[in-house]
Amino acid sequence: MPSAASKTSTTAEPLAEFREDFLKALRSMVLSRTLEEKLGSLYRAGGRIVGGVYLGRGQEAFSAASGIHLRWGKDVYGPLIRDQAGRIAYGEPVIDTLRTYLGTVTGPMRGRDGNIHRGQPKIGYMAMISHLGSLLSVVAGALFARRLQGRLGDTVGATSIGDGGTSTGAFHEGMNMAAVEKLPLVVSIANNQYAYSTPTARQYACENLVDRAAGYGVAGHCVDGTDLLECVKTFRAAYQQARAGEGPQIVVGRLLRLGGHGEHDDASYVPDLQKHTHEGRDCLAVAQRQAVEHGWLTEKDVLDMQQDAKREVEQAMGLVMKEPAPDPYRENWQALSTAWLVEGQEG
Amino acid sequence: MSSITYLEAIREAQYEALKENPNVFLYGQDIGTFGGAFKATKNLGREFPGRVFDAPISEDAMIGMAIGAAVEGARPIIEMQFADFSSVGFNQIVNQAATLYWRTNTPCPITIRLPSGGTAGSGPFHSQSMESIYAHYPGLVILTPATVEDAYWMLLDSVKLEDPVIFCEHKFLYYHLKADDFGQSMPIGKARIARPGRDATVVTYSAMLHESLRAAEELRLDGYEVEVVDLRSVKPMDTDTILASVARTGRLLVVGEAFPWGGVTSEVIARVASEAFHLLDAPPLRLNSKDTPIPYHPNLWKSHRPTTSSIAAELRKLLRY
Ligand SMILES: Cc1ncc(C[n+]2csc(CCOP(=O)(O)OP(=O)(O)O)c2C)c(N)n1
Ligand SMILES: [Mg+2]
Repeated sequence: MPSAASKTSTTAEPLAEFREDFLKALRSMVLSRTLEEKLGSLYRAGGRIVGGVYLGRGQEAFSAASGIHLRWGKDVYGPLIRDQAGRIAYGEPVIDTLRTYLGTVTGPMRGRDGNIHRGQPKIGYMAMISHLGSLLSVVAGALFARRLQGRLGDTVGATSIGDGGTSTGAFHEGMNMAAVEKLPLVVSIANNQYAYSTPTARQYACENLVDRAAGYGVAGHCVDGTDLLECVKTFRAAYQQARAGEGPQIVVGRLLRLGGHGEHDDASYVPDLQKHTHEGRDCLAVAQRQAVEHGWLTEKDVLDMQQDAKREVEQAMGLVMKEPAPDPYRENWQALSTAWLVEGQEG
Repeated sequence: MSSITYLEAIREAQYEALKENPNVFLYGQDIGTFGGAFKATKNLGREFPGRVFDAPISEDAMIGMAIGAAVEGARPIIEMQFADFSSVGFNQIVNQAATLYWRTNTPCPITIRLPSGGTAGSGPFHSQSMESIYAHYPGLVILTPATVEDAYWMLLDSVKLEDPVIFCEHKFLYYHLKADDFGQSMPIGKARIARPGRDATVVTYSAMLHESLRAAEELRLDGYEVEVVDLRSVKPMDTDTILASVARTGRLLVVGEAFPWGGVTSEVIARVASEAFHLLDAPPLRLNSKDTPIPYHPNLWKSHRPTTSSIAAELRKLLRY
């Protein structure tokens, strides 16, 4: 292991201290899975969702275990493509996902951008652009400004990337810059073994992506991304260190994308054998089992949680279906906020 | 006696911006203690401790960082060491900064300073003019100051604007161009008649303004009065001032230093041709650099870019028609 990297210990600790984090993450996972199943069926039914659908199935534990540490309106979050669970854990209402996928004017993106490209930058919730790697420096910049303005306090920033996205120059530049500035930033790398169809062997040549942490001079953590309890422990440590002024933290989760790159993709390039490996197990089923085993939930509680999630999603869906689509004739076709500088308009 | 250079105007504007607003900070390579490759931030690090930061050689991350900071209420001024290197930050500029307001209703007040244009011996990668490339994208304001006054006031205005500004400052003007004082501020988005005339209009901007003014002077000896319009800002473009000038002269030459395929000069011609075809007494002409990378040797460089004599030659062609 590189010197700067620390592996989370798995020795027996009293687990009670993780109960609350675990249950909060689990609720987000269940809600996320339910919502994404709805999105998948809307996509397959056709008609309502015009663009693609990109799901985080199999990555909910890793995503949610990070998101629970982020305070809506306080911390800076730049989630990526497979972070539905993290977004919920952070506090994004389910209805915002639906509004963005359906492109209604009521949503945060008002039909101007869709699906996973959503956020509210004014409150520190950054809206990803497609270009992988480019959000890291934006999240870092927000933290940098807060420090400059003397209001960083215990603010922390977080962003995510996939195994493929780590190959971009932007990711490297942003990571290095955040390290130089020693910003309180937690960077999740969801190593789900594929970037679209490209396996990791064609993506990078180091043994483990966490090896890069040493190169950046930041702390590195590895975790089994299919194990919610382990994820909860690891992220708690990472956030504690980031908030304590120890600089950026890289957390690499090993898991498998349980589905296609998007719903249009049957992922036939993923060998069946791989789906039956440890990394191919469903983190949600694992987490639900863990909750019962540790006596934190009964079987009935688990079912109730699923029912609650279904109700919440259906309720939101009912509202969104009645909401207006954008009207091109009423749209304000203006890319600058300074109206008098928009060509064709007089000040 | 003229004492303030174009470069000093840029330094002074940054000084003023830092003084006026505690949210302004500077970020760029070698701009702190060293004062920048061209000394455009000389002493600013000392005068404003904790506000002027050396950046790693990471143009992408530099712009991304500025965007995140701007969202949080900061007013970053980013210095690219040379305009040419902004290509490495291109994605952040055109996809992140330029789309932010439209996508999320969150303004992105960042100023990106691009030391632009050719100087003798600078070669293919330290000479480029990027205004046309950036002007192509919605969501950016592209400024191309040609005078000491504009360098000063437009930079100060850039920092106050709520939108991303690509500030194309011309390296050739840094030391050559001088003025007595900062004069008057003129609004962004308005072109200026730099020299009135009646026989032909030259629309130009940045360093090419000065070549064009000299060419107009040459033509005066032949008895022609050439009007020269300084665009000042290429986006937004002040079409009204251009059309009014063409209405007076009936002839148009557009001069720019950027590469010839598309771009600012084509845009001017397209607007005039489609909106004021009836005003033209001759086909409108455009003059740009040659369609090759920018050469190193001064002999080659001088004939790669438009110069006083090549502009004068085009004008004669235009006036003969
Ligand atoms: C810079 C860039 N190049 C290409 C793409 C197209 N693209 C979108 S997602 C994707 C795969 C990403 O893989 P990874 O980073 O591993 O994330 P995952 O989808 O596995 O979560 C690609 C190639 C992109 N969005 N950005
Ligand atoms: Mg991947």
